[in-house]
Amino acid sequence: MLNCRQATELMSQEQDRALALSERIGLRLHVWICAGCANYRRQMGVLREACRRFGGWDSR
Amino acid sequence: MEFDRQAELNALRPDLLRFARLQLRDAGAAEDAVQETLLAALTGSHGFESRSSYKTWLIAILRNKIIDIIRGQSREVAASALADDEAGDDLLNESLFDRRGHWQPETRPGRWADPEASFEQQQFWAVFEACLDHLPAKTARVFMMREFLGFDTEEICKETGISSSNCWVVLHRARMGLRACLDTKWFAGAGT
Repeated sequence: MLNCRQATELMSQEQDRALALSERIGLRLHVWICAGCANYRRQMGVLREACRRFGGWDSR
Repeated sequence: MEFDRQAELNALRPDLLRFARLQLRDAGAAEDAVQETLLAALTGSHGFESRSSYKTWLIAILRNKIIDIIRGQSREVAASALADDEAGDDLLNESLFDRRGHWQPETRPGRWADPEASFEQQQFWAVFEACLDHLPAKTARVFMMREFLGFDTEEICKETGISSSNCWVVLHRARMGLRACLDTKWFAGAGT
């Protein structure tokens, strides 16, 4: 079973590479039972979106 | 009707310079990149329907200039240099997680209220920029190559001479740091 430290590593890496099936399953299970990591994962998405906008892909 | 391009360039210059400075962390190099961008912009002759499409176009030019500069630099983001950035990293992880690797009660991420509404606020972008600037220089460099310049990790490895596993560690550290900074400086207070 993943701990939160390992889960955060995978939540970063899933933005940069395709996770292996075992990693995806491990992460999904962890996020399902861990509210902190579920929030963290959503926030990784917010960071990426913020970077996309900040980098000028969108006008603001 | 065509807007005043020269006036628009002058107005956008500070934005472009900030963008370049954040990524290059070198005022001189940033200035060069922006100068070259403006030169290229002045010689370009497309028509633009709006100021925002003009800005997008300028940033695309600037992005290419920055990539050229990064490619031209020696592989200075070597593993040894990244080690400097790592000094504070273990400390960060120590305080975030308990011995079993679970969040400490006070560091467990809470919800961020309505990020979309935050994106609409100028103040948010000031905080975002300050948080980027707060990242250790080499970490920020790798992160921005990934997120702003659109390099994939393989290309980052090639350009910086670090291994892909090291690259993932650096990106993780950058996201962790940026998340924590935004959490403290924005979402925990003004954003909610």
